[in-house]
Amino acid sequence: MAQYILRRVLLSIPALIGVTVVIFVALRVMPGDPVSVMFGTQATKIRPEDRAKIEADLGLSLPLIVQYGKWLQDIASGKLGRSFWRGDTVVDLIVQRGPLTVEIAVMAIILSWVVGVPVGILSALRQNTPLDYVVRFFTVLFLAIPSFWLGAMMVLALLLWRDYAPPLGVINLWDDPMQNLQVVWGPALVLGLAISAYIARMTRSGLLEIIREDYIRTARAKGLREGAVVLKHAFRNASLPIITLSGALFGLLLSGTVVVEQAFNVPGLGKAMVEAFVMLDYAVVQNLVLLYGVVFVVLNLLIDISYAWLDPRIHYT
Amino acid sequence: MAQQHEVQLKPLTLPGSGAIPPVQHAGLGLAAFVRRFPVGSGGALVLVLVAFLAIAAPLVSRYDPTQVQLRECKALPSWSHPLGTDYEGRDILTRLIYGGRVSSAVSILAVVLGTTIGAFWGVASAYIGGRCDILSQRLLEIGMAFPPLILTMVLVVGMGAGLWAVVIAIGVTRLPFGVRVVRAVALSVKELPYVDAATAIGASHLRIILQHITPQCVAAYLVLITTQLGVAIVIEASLGFLGVGIPPPTPTWGNMMGGAVANVLIPHWPLVVFPGLTITVVVLAFNFFGDAIRDACDPRLRSSSKGLPRGT
Repeated sequence: MAQYILRRVLLSIPALIGVTVVIFVALRVMPGDPVSVMFGTQATKIRPEDRAKIEADLGLSLPLIVQYGKWLQDIASGKLGRSFWRGDTVVDLIVQRGPLTVEIAVMAIILSWVVGVPVGILSALRQNTPLDYVVRFFTVLFLAIPSFWLGAMMVLALLLWRDYAPPLGVINLWDDPMQNLQVVWGPALVLGLAISAYIARMTRSGLLEIIREDYIRTARAKGLREGAVVLKHAFRNASLPIITLSGALFGLLLSGTVVVEQAFNVPGLGKAMVEAFVMLDYAVVQNLVLLYGVVFVVLNLLIDISYAWLDPRIHYT
Repeated sequence: MAQQHEVQLKPLTLPGSGAIPPVQHAGLGLAAFVRRFPVGSGGALVLVLVAFLAIAAPLVSRYDPTQVQLRECKALPSWSHPLGTDYEGRDILTRLIYGGRVSSAVSILAVVLGTTIGAFWGVASAYIGGRCDILSQRLLEIGMAFPPLILTMVLVVGMGAGLWAVVIAIGVTRLPFGVRVVRAVALSVKELPYVDAATAIGASHLRIILQHITPQCVAAYLVLITTQLGVAIVIEASLGFLGVGIPPPTPTWGNMMGGAVANVLIPHWPLVVFPGLTITVVVLAFNFFGDAIRDACDPRLRSSSKGLPRGT
């Protein structure tokens, strides 16, 4: 097991290096020159010597390989540079705004399991009853509704009918829990429902297959309570595919926080990243995207490891 | 000689999946398709309608999609503007129809481009195998190491926002799915005896790949394309919503909504409701149609793609 974990960790290192290469190539090598974009329509008015100075300031005049090396060095030493128009460092940005995003993501995951799993189980046990149809209808619907639209509609409905807007600004859980929850519940709810649709569908289809297995009949035949049959025998086995699915769902979750924060106007990390993208704030963009990539790779690593740990049939090769 | 005969007489088997069911008639007629997949046909009907409106946009809309009419701004739905107007007084219905042109063209181009390149990559990777295959898997892992929307944003910004930047960026995120699905099919086809037979009569590698392996992957490829289109629509709309996609005044379903909520205290409600509703209906239509196509093309694909999220 230890060897398997070590192998998986080592294998994710090339992926992480690849992530840095992709980010660097996308932002520096491809057409699209930071200085012109920074100044937008005014770019043609910059004098050549000023342009050279700005490029030197941003470190853009060095050879690409050197720039890349410098960036890796900065990452290793924890200096992530500073935003060119905000003035604060990227580390500050992450520390200030990260907690809100983490909170939204964690609440969404909890919600998606709390809603998705029971709904999926009920729907499978009552296959082809009105309850099942209702569940399937909503699953299909929530798979199609873009979360940013659902979010924007919620904001709009609260505004127009209840004349209510959630508080603005960064409010941390430890400063003012009630205010913080008002900021966070909306995005978490929308994201959680979107993900619970996937989990409910997976739970339902997994359980439908397993419930017809011989060992379930055996469990029932020996007089086991229905609850124990479903939870201990059937759901345990149905849960493995859900865990495999979680990898893809984490991608959905990380992309989702970005979109949902924009819809609810929550100043989390995702919103900071979108602002940086729109302003073409390169230092912020490259490091925040890297952060999302690292988080995603680490989460997938944890899923792989937990999967191997949960399913004894998997050989650690 | 005797051994060769034996090989030929063995029933065709896919490794691990038992005997191949008898080949069904591929050309399921239109009427039969509608009868078997009423919901999927409904989806197809919606898509045909959207395609028709997109193509005939100048004929079916009364207004100019980009002409600013400040006197008419923020109108609510009425007879002259069925869905109201936006902040610049442009007719929302007209912009939705023209936006459908852009959004669907971008999604279709991106998916076809990404999946096709991915499919050829997958076939080649499966056929060549060995180190090459392992290397290509590692390369794809890098692409899969980003949450898809975030990778798309980086690529769009790197290339400079514009239609082709968005097409390529979305296409790149769809590529690994193409490789993965088609590679899996190609790996099993490669082991079938008729491929050995082709090798034995001296067919070139290229001929085997193009003539013998690729045709077997077409069903999976088509199914993948239909299921990915809904995803691409959502990614494109998300980009527009976030303000990093195709820049206004060109209307897309996403940037219409993005403009409605950004920097505004109280959004103009028709501008939030209708574009989102359009996206939802179109994605639903793609999902229903995709599921029907999948079941019609190859019922065996069902278990493998069941429950898998389609990206974003």
